[in-house]
Amino acid sequence: MNAHCVTPQQVDWSRSRPRDRALDRSIVSLVPQGARVLDLGCGNGDLLLRLKADREVEERGVELEPGAVAECLSRGLSVIQADLEESLADLREGAFDVVVLNQVLLATARPLHLLTEALRVGRRVLVSFPNFTYWRIRSQIVFKGRLPVNPTLPYQWYDTPNIRLATVKDFRALCQEKRWKVHKELFVNLDRQDHPRTVRFWPNMRAALALFALERGQG
Amino acid sequence: MTQIVKRPETLPEIRPPEVRRLEPVRTQTVTFEGPGETLHLESGQTLHPVTVAYETYGQLNDARDNAVLVCHALSGDAHAAGYYGLEKDEKPGWWDVLIGPGKPLDTDKYFVISSNFLGGCKGTTGPSSIDPATGKPYGLDFPFYTVKDMVQVQRRLLKHLGVPRLLAVIGGSLGGMQVLQWAISFPEMVRGAIPIATTARLSPQAIAFNEVARQAIMSDPDWNGGDYSLDAQPERGLGLARMIGHITYLSEQAMLRKFSRRFINGQGRSFCLTKDFQVENYLHHQGSSFVRRFDANTYLYITRAMDYFDLEAAYGRLSTAFSGCRCPFLVASFTSDWLFPPEQSRELVQALRRVGLDVSYCNIESDQGHDAFLLPGHRMGDVVAGFLERLTRMAAS
Repeated sequence: MNAHCVTPQQVDWSRSRPRDRALDRSIVSLVPQGARVLDLGCGNGDLLLRLKADREVEERGVELEPGAVAECLSRGLSVIQADLEESLADLREGAFDVVVLNQVLLATARPLHLLTEALRVGRRVLVSFPNFTYWRIRSQIVFKGRLPVNPTLPYQWYDTPNIRLATVKDFRALCQEKRWKVHKELFVNLDRQDHPRTVRFWPNMRAALALFALERGQG
Repeated sequence: MTQIVKRPETLPEIRPPEVRRLEPVRTQTVTFEGPGETLHLESGQTLHPVTVAYETYGQLNDARDNAVLVCHALSGDAHAAGYYGLEKDEKPGWWDVLIGPGKPLDTDKYFVISSNFLGGCKGTTGPSSIDPATGKPYGLDFPFYTVKDMVQVQRRLLKHLGVPRLLAVIGGSLGGMQVLQWAISFPEMVRGAIPIATTARLSPQAIAFNEVARQAIMSDPDWNGGDYSLDAQPERGLGLARMIGHITYLSEQAMLRKFSRRFINGQGRSFCLTKDFQVENYLHHQGSSFVRRFDANTYLYITRAMDYFDLEAAYGRLSTAFSGCRCPFLVASFTSDWLFPPEQSRELVQALRRVGLDVSYCNIESDQGHDAFLLPGHRMGDVVAGFLERLTRMAAS
């Protein structure tokens, strides 16, 4: 791993758990019954278990943190311990119906390469990330002059696994530039109990989390 | 200084978890003889008859689909779990942490089979067995055999036991090589493969250690060109071979934790060349206890079988070797294993994934080195149990 990357052992993943699970229902709704699903950065396998139960998917996971991998395997999931990008190199084009990148894209060194690879091995790619132009984040920066620490970005600047920042507009622009077909967009913010509430208007300002369903082929 | 521990007024009642032992186990044997039972070995030679020592734990169910074959490593044997008697000081089988009621290889659910591999010296025909042609131990007249040959013999044992298909094959180190070979040789018989702390081929470094071990045995005058009586073994050479082996099975961290630089007498330097450090004591103990239970010629042959195992050479490419496999794999390695390093397991995972197989992989954190797969205290058991449950579910659907 590159010296500038955050090693997984340093991150307390439990802090981002509510955020990481907030979009699970939405993700499940975008996965067809019986699909072959690859969850990149699957953590302890919560989403994969849910997909198995609700959608009877054929599941595969990739995770780097050894404790989380062991937990996945103890739960009877098919998961390998590997670097996300490297793990995709062994896979054939279109090997999966759905590839999930749930709250991991911003923690990777080469997000564009990862997305391109995900779109190569999967017909549909579900990407979620925290939206950095959410109004609460904007106001924290503007009025407090500090980088935000909140339920969707629950880490301090010095211990965050996110080495990238992105916004809804940024991601849309990327999809347009790369001519990726956006099958669906979904935006939410979290209420006081960390439950997701759908955002329909001005997502770049009003949504804390974004979920994009990309599909292969020209848009 | 004695520490005074104040006891609480009322002690909480602690109930120990229910520990159920296996019923006393026994090693059984079966001999394959008669026409059509000749074993044709990869070396081109043949062997006849062949006796196999084995143990089983749990019950084969009516559907005959709950059998798990356990493959042992270099110095193991058929006694994988439980106790022969009920004496307190008796050591259980070598993988008792994994096999038994309520354990990961749960004998309430699975029918577990363990056999001493071909060429072993614990009841299965090997160099220390009596050659029926001469009435003397085979010694160096014993034909060379390979991991593939071991698997052929295990398959005959399964036929004898009435097991048409295995839920899983599991093993570590040389046992893991047998697991890989099983999935390749008999894909229709294996529902799941669990190679642990193993490799598709030994590194030249590991072959080098094997060679030094063999040279230690063969340079002992008592070895006598392989012609020794079984009660007069080349003890020094075999003990030395085992000492070399043990250095490679541990890790630097494990040695530091276990022995540090402590002296045997607890004081300091004795200015002698005999054992002075505790780590030396450990190696000597391992060497001498091994001599009592193992045969020198067998050690020569088994290490050679490990050296010769090379799936890439045998099938052209590693992924080609696995192209006929059908079952899910669970590959596990240990972070501090430098004899069968995690990198070699990752190569396996890569090749298996390339041919589109269902592969799980975990690099388990342990400072115990290669030996970790035999020891408790890490998550290997949970991981294996989860995988077996998944296989059971898949078999049922």
